[in-house]
Amino acid sequence: MKDYFLKLWIGLTTILIGMKVTFRHLFVPAVTIQYPSVKPELPERERNRLYVNMDDCIGCDQCARACPVNCIEIETVKSLPTEDLGKTTNGKKKVLWVTTFNIDFAKCCYCELCVFPCPTECIYMTDVYEFSEFERESLVLDFATLTHPERLEKKKNFEVLQTQKEKEKAAVAKKAAEEKTAAQVKPVEPKQDSKEENKQ
Amino acid sequence: MMYDWLYQFTGSSILAMFIVSLLPLFVFILPFALFAVLMERKVSAHMQDRLGPMRVGYHGILQTVADIIKLLQKEDIVAAATDKNLFNLAPVLVFIGSYAAFAAIPFSGVFIGSQIELGLIYIVAVTGLVVAGILMAGWASNNKYSLLGAMRAAAQIISYEIPTLLIILTIIMITGTVSLYTLSEMQTAYFWNWLILGGPETGIQKILFIPLMMAGFLIIYISTLAEVNRTPFDIPEAESELVSGYHTEYSGMKFAMFFLAEYANMFAVSAIVSAIFFGGYQSPFGYLGSALNLPWLIPIEQFSWFTAKGLFFIFVQMWLRWTLPRFRVDQLMEFCWKYLIPMAFVILLLVGLITVL
Repeated sequence: MKDYFLKLWIGLTTILIGMKVTFRHLFVPAVTIQYPSVKPELPERERNRLYVNMDDCIGCDQCARACPVNCIEIETVKSLPTEDLGKTTNGKKKVLWVTTFNIDFAKCCYCELCVFPCPTECIYMTDVYEFSEFERESLVLDFATLTHPERLEKKKNFEVLQTQKEKEKAAVAKKAAEEKTAAQVKPVEPKQDSKEENKQ
Repeated sequence: MMYDWLYQFTGSSILAMFIVSLLPLFVFILPFALFAVLMERKVSAHMQDRLGPMRVGYHGILQTVADIIKLLQKEDIVAAATDKNLFNLAPVLVFIGSYAAFAAIPFSGVFIGSQIELGLIYIVAVTGLVVAGILMAGWASNNKYSLLGAMRAAAQIISYEIPTLLIILTIIMITGTVSLYTLSEMQTAYFWNWLILGGPETGIQKILFIPLMMAGFLIIYISTLAEVNRTPFDIPEAESELVSGYHTEYSGMKFAMFFLAEYANMFAVSAIVSAIFFGGYQSPFGYLGSALNLPWLIPIEQFSWFTAKGLFFIFVQMWLRWTLPRFRVDQLMEFCWKYLIPMAFVILLLVGLITVL
């Protein structure tokens, strides 16, 4: 009998205690953040989407080599000797046209390892974290500032230069070879001797 | 009375009756359900230190309107193995059961759907239809969770009707009336005339009644809470055990009807509790209308007092929902048969003795 009333009493009082707790929480300010309109403050060293400041990029490929998942793809073309690409903000001379600078954010693991080797500090982490896409291809971002015709032009320029150089080289080599052959007409026999000696 | 006024205004008894019977639905229950769903979400959110719906309208006030529009557009799915007739009938029956209760609820001094002398007993009887509807829904769904939920609901509602009726019986012994209108009229003027504070009589009887009425209020509040399947007693729906109980298979408007019935029931129950113990539509401290000599103001005041009291008890229901965990089935039965019913009997006995003396 005593137990029965004790149970009733405990039941009633504990319900009231619980109600007091929930009532207090009714006036506790909500912890909810109204996300798209109010954004949470991120830590100072947060690692989110990478950004490449192409004005400073010298195309040294160090970030691509540091990347553990190979998500950075860089292609560079040498500039013509007549072209001036300017300087980076820390005084390095730019000599390469960066024709491709793709970062595949589907692969990127946000480790920040690419940021430290950069000699011009042009690749860094931003605070952008909302970049979901419907297709995986659209996560590959192209940072190169050159337009596509420009890229082709630069490549072509380089090829033209290359072929020109090769031609010149070939010409020089031919000339040299001719001169050489002309000069080396006489000592043919000793050379053969030496070869024979070597063989022996 | 509203009916007489409408009868004189339209000159047709059928039209007047029609308007009077539809008025609670369109003027009260539908807007109330819209509001109560939002209130439920907001109260639960704030009790958990969240914000709740915030996007639709200012602080999400149009959220339920958007939800209703969504529910209206939804496909009405009827699974192949269901008993189609019963399946379609069940939500209507549940809604009729809870809507019919509103006929005897006095919203204010001039508006009561029907002045039945047996008001309270009628409400208890007609809400029994809800049990039939729920059982029908659970059986016709042909789904084990629905059936389990329906069985639990039937067992629970029938068990908890006993303490409710015992307390109503004590009220009959004190007041000698079952009409909610007469009950409310008895507790007029000031709040010390409310039955929770011993009723309109004076003297030693009133003081003796106070603790008994408090206990009686607690019992009837708990048992009606169980009858509307709200949280400490929500084992028929028990979403962590039974998906969502008897309305698992329902979708679209039929689901909305169950929902509407649930909220209508919540208000009906709160209205009964407030009409019995808290003076119904009576103001706790006189009327502004009688003080300013504006008789047309009194019904409006009464209506707002009635709504405020009902909403307060609904708020307490929500409050309890976020305070207490769910009962087990055996605990539920134990609580009813070992605690509520004996207590109600004791109160009945004591009140009988006091009234005789």
